[in-house]
Amino acid sequence: MEHAHAVGGVGLEGYLTVAAILFVTGIFGIFVNRRNIIIILMSIELMLLAVNINLVAFSAHLGDLVGQVFTLFVLTVAAAEAAIGLAIQVCFHRNRGSIDVQDVNMMKG
Amino acid sequence: MGLTVIAFYVFAAVAVASGLLTVLARNPVHSVLWLILTFFSAAGMMVLMGAEFVAMLLIIVYVGAVMVLFLFVVMMLDVDFAELKRGLASYLPLGALIGLVLVVELGLVFGHWVFADAAPEARAAVAPMPQDVPNTQALGKIIYDDYFLVFQLSGLILLVAMIGAIVLTLRHRQDVKRQNILDQMYRGRDVELKDVEPGQGV
Repeated sequence: MEHAHAVGGVGLEGYLTVAAILFVTGIFGIFVNRRNIIIILMSIELMLLAVNINLVAFSAHLGDLVGQVFTLFVLTVAAAEAAIGLAIQVCFHRNRGSIDVQDVNMMKG
Repeated sequence: MGLTVIAFYVFAAVAVASGLLTVLARNPVHSVLWLILTFFSAAGMMVLMGAEFVAMLLIIVYVGAVMVLFLFVVMMLDVDFAELKRGLASYLPLGALIGLVLVVELGLVFGHWVFADAAPEARAAVAPMPQDVPNTQALGKIIYDDYFLVFQLSGLILLVAMIGAIVLTLRHRQDVKRQNILDQMYRGRDVELKDVEPGQGV
């Protein structure tokens, strides 16, 4: 790896490990909080954060700025997703009076 | 062991611990606050990697806007959160099992993976990191030159999200009296002046 750059302190694998643990924590959160939409949205944010850490780590490792540019777009999409998700949730709470995922069966035939 | 390594371990430990507490906290307000701590630690790690702009973006845009939006919604909705936590104990074993399997699978990769021989060369010439320019300046040059169209499109995504959120949450309530300016302006000279006796009303 002649193109490899030193990634802050511990090298690439340390950052990838943290990102992997955060990603799995996000998946774990979705399974554990199956009823609460707010926590599920937060778990998705956690997974997107892990992806961002991965992108920045590889960007620093390869000395290539495109990874950081892509992180920017991931952040944009995550912000849009959070805004729409929370709006849907407010709507749902207004109609049903709860945010329980298992109450979302109005469209069932 | 340099200062950078110690800083990395501190940030990593805080990020992992607060990430776990985000999904396990009883109170959703606490969850949001733990998530904010996770974002701060991740921003610290990004500073260590030399990506200052993304780190500041994470703090300003994410913690400053998105997380505050989360906090706002959590506090605005009147929800019995204890009721939503009811099934937590029954989902915990399955969630822990799946999490453990995924961690082991990802852990097997570490220590064994290598870059393909052609991979670094294939990536090298795309946008090499300039040595003499600060991170923010270098990113700005790339975004506004090479990725200008994509940048504008991401702005369009935000616009669509904004319009969508407004359309979803807007409602016209019929039971509220509103000022109708057009009615006021079209009103003729049929205004009647009443002499109201004090203490009696109309």
